Amino acid sequence: MPYAFCFLLFVIGLYCAVVKKNMVKIVIGIMVMEYAVNLFLIMLGYRFGGVAPVVDREFLDAETQQVTAGFLNSAVDPLPQALVLTAIVISLGSLALMISICIRTYGKYGTFDITEIRRLKG
Amino acid sequence: MKGMTIIVKTISSWVKVLIFLFGIYIILFGHLTPGGGFAGGVILASSYVLLMLAFGREFAEENLPLALTSKLDCLGAFSFALIAILGLVFGGTFFVNFLYQKYLPGEALALVSAGTIPLSNIAIGVKVGASLFLVILSLSICCKGKECRFD
Amino acid sequence: MAIFYILLLFMLIAAIIAVETKDLLSSVICVGAIGFGGSLMFLFLRAPDIAITQIVVEVLGLIILIRATISRDLTFITGEREFFGTVVSVAIMLAIFLFGISVFETLPRFGTPAFAKAPAGSPMKTYLTEEQDPNRVTSTYTAMGLRETGAANIVASVILDFRAYDTLGEATVLFTSILGATVILRRKSRKLLEEPDE
Repeated sequence: MPYAFCFLLFVIGLYCAVVKKNMVKIVIGIMVMEYAVNLFLIMLGYRFGGVAPVVDREFLDAETQQVTAGFLNSAVDPLPQALVLTAIVISLGSLALMISICIRTYGKYGTFDITEIRRLKG
Repeated sequence: MKGMTIIVKTISSWVKVLIFLFGIYIILFGHLTPGGGFAGGVILASSYVLLMLAFGREFAEENLPLALTSKLDCLGAFSFALIAILGLVFGGTFFVNFLYQKYLPGEALALVSAGTIPLSNIAIGVKVGASLFLVILSLSICCKGKECRFD
Repeated sequence: MAIFYILLLFMLIAAIIAVETKDLLSSVICVGAIGFGGSLMFLFLRAPDIAITQIVVEVLGLIILIRATISRDLTFITGEREFFGTVVSVAIMLAIFLFGISVFETLPRFGTPAFAKAPAGSPMKTYLTEEQDPNRVTSTYTAMGLRETGAANIVASVILDFRAYDTLGEATVLFTSILGATVILRRKSRKLLEEPDE
């Protein structure tokens, strides 16, 4: 059921990116989609009563210097977290690229409206 | 135009040191506690962004010039690739953790452990911080004119 | 469990306000609300690395977005929308949502990790042998992370040792996008724009 909420968030972002005519609104729609996808991937790896995938003193076996079996049975999935960690930083870089394109377009045409820009081009 | 009021300037001149230290802590302890190169690099960038917002762009540009920022960006990316190539030379495989496997095993949960992972964290942190500060600086430099009131 | 629903509802309301409001500045602020709600959600989903990264990235992204909107002459959107196009798009989005909901029926239930354990009746169990069982990847990372790399943070050991190629590609993408933004925002191109067109 939380997956459905997450997908609803994605659909709202898709609607914003498809329908709206303002360039900043399109960027906002793309950002909402990114949040939804990141959240969905993290949700897939969650388990009830889990602990964060960081080895602590209480999960460390003193003699063998290895993780205990309790950590293996209770840690959440580290793989989607590792994938999402890079995706978040990339989303900031792509946001900067999109915003710089928007600012340049505003400097040239004086508007954020994409239909106006198409008309002014002639 | 020249930054904000005296209250904001005083507070941010105290706080920016703490933010910078926190970023360094997050980067250095990235292999033991939550955090790492990405988060720490963004925190380093945000300390300079705070400086830029409070004191104006010229002050921040004197502290960390644009040319130096782009050089730091390239340095971070280059050193991350260099660590990978060192793995190829010393360990036999690209990106192998040669320090941990051969030279410096270290103790579990100690600061000096995990071989090349802290070094990679430092490289990633420098790269991410420099590139994000660079893009915000160039966003504020662009379009000098009537519509630019960012600083 | 209830905290997840509360936070998701908060994010949904913030998303609807961000999409539908006429003021660009309040729209940007609502995007910040979505991001901070997501950061809290990551914290409750036991992903502290992601929570830290999300909260600092959100601050910088908010600064970049406000940079795009606040210095413009007017931040309000004017003009009416086309009624027919909006209705058709809403219908299409609703269809996508309904079909997607039926896809989620096949996923494992929330709270039982999908990558770590394949459900008993799934086709993965019948086609794959025990050696190729999909739960090998994650359990290997969790069990061998400390021994193979020495890093206590399993996420750090995955992104910088087991899957370092991923991080190398990420560094390349970030470098390229920042390079593109810097080239677009160069000061010289202002002068080029003012030259008369041929």
